[in-house]
Amino acid sequence: MKSLGSIRRDFAPWNDPDAKPYIQFENVTKKFGDFTAVNNLSLTIFEREFFALLGASGCGKSTLLRMLAGFEEPTAGRILLDGQDLRGIPPYRRPVNMMFQSYALFPHMTVENNIAFGLKQEGMPTPDIEKRVAEMLKLVKLEQFAKRKPHQLSGGQRQRVALARSVAKRPKVLLLDEPLGALDKKLREETQFELMDLQQNLGLTFVVVTHDQEEAMTMADRIAIIDKGEVMQVATPAEVYEAPGSRFVAGFVGNVNMFEGKIARGETGPASIDAGNGITIQTDNAGNATAGAAVTFAIRPEKIKVSSKKPQEAVNAIEGEVYDIAYLGDMTVYHVRLDDGQVVRASTMNAARVTEDPLTWNDRAWVSFRPDAGVVLTR
Amino acid sequence: MSNIAITDTTGQAVPAKPVVKSFAAGFVSRLVILVPYLWLLFFFLVPFIIVFKISLSQTAIAMPPYTPVLDFRDGVAGFFAGFRDLNFDNYAWLTQDALYFNAYVTSVIIAAISTVLTLLVGYPLAYGMARAPATIRPTLLMLVILPFWTSFLIRVYAWIGILKPEGLLNQLLLSLHIINQPLVILNTYTAIFIGIVYSYLPFMVLPLYSSLEKMDYSLIEAAKDLGCPPTAAFWKVTFPLSLPGVIAGCLLVFIPAVGEFVIPDLLGGSQTLMIGKTLWNEFFANRDWPVSSAVAVILLLLLIVPIVLFQHAQARAQEIER
Repeated sequence: MKSLGSIRRDFAPWNDPDAKPYIQFENVTKKFGDFTAVNNLSLTIFEREFFALLGASGCGKSTLLRMLAGFEEPTAGRILLDGQDLRGIPPYRRPVNMMFQSYALFPHMTVENNIAFGLKQEGMPTPDIEKRVAEMLKLVKLEQFAKRKPHQLSGGQRQRVALARSVAKRPKVLLLDEPLGALDKKLREETQFELMDLQQNLGLTFVVVTHDQEEAMTMADRIAIIDKGEVMQVATPAEVYEAPGSRFVAGFVGNVNMFEGKIARGETGPASIDAGNGITIQTDNAGNATAGAAVTFAIRPEKIKVSSKKPQEAVNAIEGEVYDIAYLGDMTVYHVRLDDGQVVRASTMNAARVTEDPLTWNDRAWVSFRPDAGVVLTR
Repeated sequence: MSNIAITDTTGQAVPAKPVVKSFAAGFVSRLVILVPYLWLLFFFLVPFIIVFKISLSQTAIAMPPYTPVLDFRDGVAGFFAGFRDLNFDNYAWLTQDALYFNAYVTSVIIAAISTVLTLLVGYPLAYGMARAPATIRPTLLMLVILPFWTSFLIRVYAWIGILKPEGLLNQLLLSLHIINQPLVILNTYTAIFIGIVYSYLPFMVLPLYSSLEKMDYSLIEAAKDLGCPPTAAFWKVTFPLSLPGVIAGCLLVFIPAVGEFVIPDLLGGSQTLMIGKTLWNEFFANRDWPVSSAVAVILLLLLIVPIVLFQHAQARAQEIER
């Protein structure tokens, strides 16, 4: 069985035409004065999904989250949660909770009072509150910090308190605004996996806003890539990476080499692309691009092989010169300048400690790739 | 108190540095602290000691009208002999006449009521300013400070014109047919409250504004997100977090209001009894400097309690900020 990427996903309600959507954005537009933050956007999120909104700052992703939380109302369109239109429902009556980017912990309350805040507001009996708070403290491993005030905690500990507070009420949906943005790299990586476990264990629907593609790729079931208030693509991390729908998505997520060209032959399926300067690229799937159509051939660096001799079996092999090499330990990145001047980025995993045929600066070299290694983009 | 804290922190940093250098640094930091200490010594402590000394003296038909504070005419022996005449008779006198006790109590009550009223007027004002668009906040702040550009005395006089029976307020209310008879406001306690609330409003608004303005709005959003309607969010988050500002504002109003003289004298008429007025009468009408000095010393002791509370609140506010 073949699949995009290395993970087999058993949880995939988005592929099931009968699955009931949980959160629906229907033609949502949000304007702030003359500025359109969200433009006629539609999006569907399923129950128990870990959904990421990925985009550069100012793309409108936070506005989407704030509309879901009830802090902003859409200018047009509607948002449904479990079939219920959320318009006009104030934030304090919505079954969603948010973890704020700044954490927004109440500085005058202890950790346990912060966590209990929402429960007290709900009118939960005191013994139940105590039980739930203890449970939450255990969940985020902060039992011994219950009596501390937020300013007596480290950044990572505050993040955990914010998380515990936002899940304490067992919301239907947890909204996370850049949840790991304020943590350092190492802590961020650890916390990513903790968040995933938490989501699994509690069985909640998570919607996370992030500008960090690695974070989105690691945690999310599906990613929506947002640009200028519009959805560019909604897909699993592997699909976003291996089958980007547009030049923007291909360029936004990870590194990519792009060849501009024209489809030389073929109606559907296999085709050859004339990329100019005598370069012809054979691909086994050009989608529905017709002959003569201007297309972009996008290929990821790790799918390109670099060698000093032309590989015999290769369908696609282009000659050039090694222009730059970066040795990163786990892999090596080569920049090869093709004869037409275009620089191709290729990365090789250093799977062995010893290399048979090492390359150096200014060596003649061949870049080669399989016909299924890249994607043909028409947008 | 805070001065001591500064020396402590520099003291902690000392061990890492060479001894000579740290000594020099410690000396410089002590020198810097010396300036406010000297200031307080010369402009507060010395005058206070003189007032205290006068309060222990007797009235005398002389110029100034009390037995001398420092008398070197009979040499050093005479100077020390002068001390033997000092006694607490003036303080004893204060307890014998109910006038003083009543004046103190009335002043504290009037100051307390005025403080609460100022808070009720000032809080919404400060809240509105803090939530106003950032571009117009400096203008609003300016408007709050604007009354200071005119003499305090003149502004209080202006209130006579507004509050008197044939004044602006009564004319307006009569012409609108809200009242048939002019209201008697001037020369009552109501007029004093109006005067104090008006005069001390900026002292309430400014600390409130500064504590509300720096508050992170996402805290209120978080409260709403966790199920608080706006009013509950205000009482559970906004108000407790503005408490240092509330305390600072209240003390800045309460402390000067207790000893207020101009407002009760101009707006309160002769019927009202406040310690500031009593002090004035003792001083200028009776020319009894020793008794009025005793009144002033007691007033100061009375106010030290709220001042200590104020310092405590400030220390707490600093802790929250960290």
